[in-house]
Amino acid sequence: MILVNTKIIFIAGLLAGYACRHQQQPHGKGVCFMDYFLTEEQQMIKELAARIADEKIAPVAIQYDEEGIFPHDIVKVLADSDLCGVYIPEEYGGLGGGVFEMSLVVEELSRACGGIALAFAGTGLGTYPIILFGNEEQKQKYLPDIAAGKKLAAFGLTEADAGSDAAGVRTTAVADGDEYVLNGTKQWITNGEEADVFTVIACTNRSRGARGFSAFIVEKGTPGFTFGKKENKMGIRASCTSELVFENCRIPKENLLSREGMGFLVAMKTLDRTRPGVAAQALGIAQGAFDEALKYSRQRVQFGQPISSFQAVQHMLADMAIQLEAARALVYQTCRFIDSGAKDFSKESAMCKVFASDTAMKVTTDAVQILGGYGYMKEYPVEKRMRDAKITQIYEGTNQIQRNVIALELIKELSKK
Amino acid sequence: MNIVVCVKQVPATTEVKMDKETNTIIREGVEAIINPYDMYAVEEGIRIKERLGGKVTVLSMGIPSVAELLKTTIGLGADDAVLLSDRAFAGADTLATSYALSMGIGKIGNVDLVICGKQATDGDTAQVGPSLAEKLGWPHTTYVRKIEEIGEDFIRCQRMTEDGYEVVEMPLPAVITVVKEINEPRLPSLKNMMRAKKAVVNVWTADDIGADKNLCGLKGSPTQVVRTFVPVHDISSEMITGDAGEQARKLADKLLTMQFPVGGC
Repeated sequence: MILVNTKIIFIAGLLAGYACRHQQQPHGKGVCFMDYFLTEEQQMIKELAARIADEKIAPVAIQYDEEGIFPHDIVKVLADSDLCGVYIPEEYGGLGGGVFEMSLVVEELSRACGGIALAFAGTGLGTYPIILFGNEEQKQKYLPDIAAGKKLAAFGLTEADAGSDAAGVRTTAVADGDEYVLNGTKQWITNGEEADVFTVIACTNRSRGARGFSAFIVEKGTPGFTFGKKENKMGIRASCTSELVFENCRIPKENLLSREGMGFLVAMKTLDRTRPGVAAQALGIAQGAFDEALKYSRQRVQFGQPISSFQAVQHMLADMAIQLEAARALVYQTCRFIDSGAKDFSKESAMCKVFASDTAMKVTTDAVQILGGYGYMKEYPVEKRMRDAKITQIYEGTNQIQRNVIALELIKELSKK
Repeated sequence: MNIVVCVKQVPATTEVKMDKETNTIIREGVEAIINPYDMYAVEEGIRIKERLGGKVTVLSMGIPSVAELLKTTIGLGADDAVLLSDRAFAGADTLATSYALSMGIGKIGNVDLVICGKQATDGDTAQVGPSLAEKLGWPHTTYVRKIEEIGEDFIRCQRMTEDGYEVVEMPLPAVITVVKEINEPRLPSLKNMMRAKKAVVNVWTADDIGADKNLCGLKGSPTQVVRTFVPVHDISSEMITGDAGEQARKLADKLLTMQFPVGGC
């Protein structure tokens, strides 16, 4: 009996150490045990994003979620801190980082609010097509303002009948003199009404299927381009999700990204690079929920002792920490792989998105469980994270589609040998 | 506008522990930060620079490790940092500190405005700002909550008082001390943080600034801390009961026995 008690005290002591370490180093240093050997610059980015999360986002997260407020004020803070351009090349006013730097920011911001973080992450999704496929004029025209946080971006691929089956895009772009004429409706577009620059996938040659898609840059305010329904969502409520409606919307020919017929490739290459961002968002949401659950378990007293002294709770906390750390290791390593200049990483990118988002769903659900009745209440900060986590399993390719991608790549790789 | 902001390293705690032997603050094991009030001074300096152009130099006196802390102000947008560090400065009271800072400002040269926090969270004296102004021979305004206008050769500011504010105009160069109502300090920016990493903090000794060592540190400090103690609060209270007249009589008797003068008509 004495032995058992000693063990319980020992484990409780370890947990206390984790919590303590975390509290002492709130700015991105103490959120994990593992040293991921970030460069000095990456550490700086992570710490700065963590400070913004703790000092600026956390105090407003519940209110912005409840009232569906778009975080213009936080975007301003991010802009003033130079974080908006971490993933944009230096020659266009950014800091010249890659997917890893972008993901570090998304993770830290999401620790405080996964919805607010989307103003930044959704812009990344809308900007990557220009970084990857834009010509010099397009990059000069759009990237500096995005890097400076003066403009937000969005990516328009999904339509009512083109979700997982992205090849089902119906929006058309017809060449007419020096212009293209766009018609159709995009659905569930992150940053919707709030963005200034949109990269839109439309069909320029229906007979060629997905090979008949092209990617275009469309600016807010272009005649014929309006916003439709603004969605009322389960989670990420501080993010704006809306329809983009194109009715004879004429855009100049120079707004074509890459060449005609390259649209599907633009979309797929972009998503390969931004899926780790969704994974990072999931990771941040899960970390935030875990931190709350751990803290609560030390404070909540039942049967005369903190609930963290009960093995049932301890094992849940331990499992949450294991999964978080495993997810982080996969996400970070995938980012490094992509940034190393790897050519093909669809599989790895899909793997980290699936693993981190499934982890987030599990960890946030368990966090609600640890907080019990309080966890279910809106006054406590974990039910929101459970709602926010769900979308990470769905968007930028459902986890089922990701598994298809992974399996297909595996089979392809084997057949090449 | 050539601005100097004076900052002080303080322990990041509201419960300062004293070494009973040496009567100095125990700094070991306590995280060091820049005095929070000084951060408002840094922010105000940077804002003035952003409006009018010029330069912000952050100045401190302290141990060599303070240099790292000063770099964080460069991360916020300060241009330069100077640390006065010398054994001769050790044990300085507010007078000796003001003297050393004034000599440092003399060496920086052509300074238009000095901004200090209203007081430090460890010593809480609020003396260094005004005392520094005296040493420089410049006018000063304390508890500034807003700068209304700065011209080539004047500054007009709102000085917070208990029940409102006064508007004070002074010729430049001048010294102001600021309260937290004046602004909301910004977060650092990545580009400035990277600049700060590479920045070299100028460390000046007593000789570098031409200071008379007899006026520095312990030697130059008329204030000597003889003893420190935590005041003991052992006040006992007694409720006086009865109707108003009775209570008054009982109270008067008490005061008489305690030999308080009791007057009356």
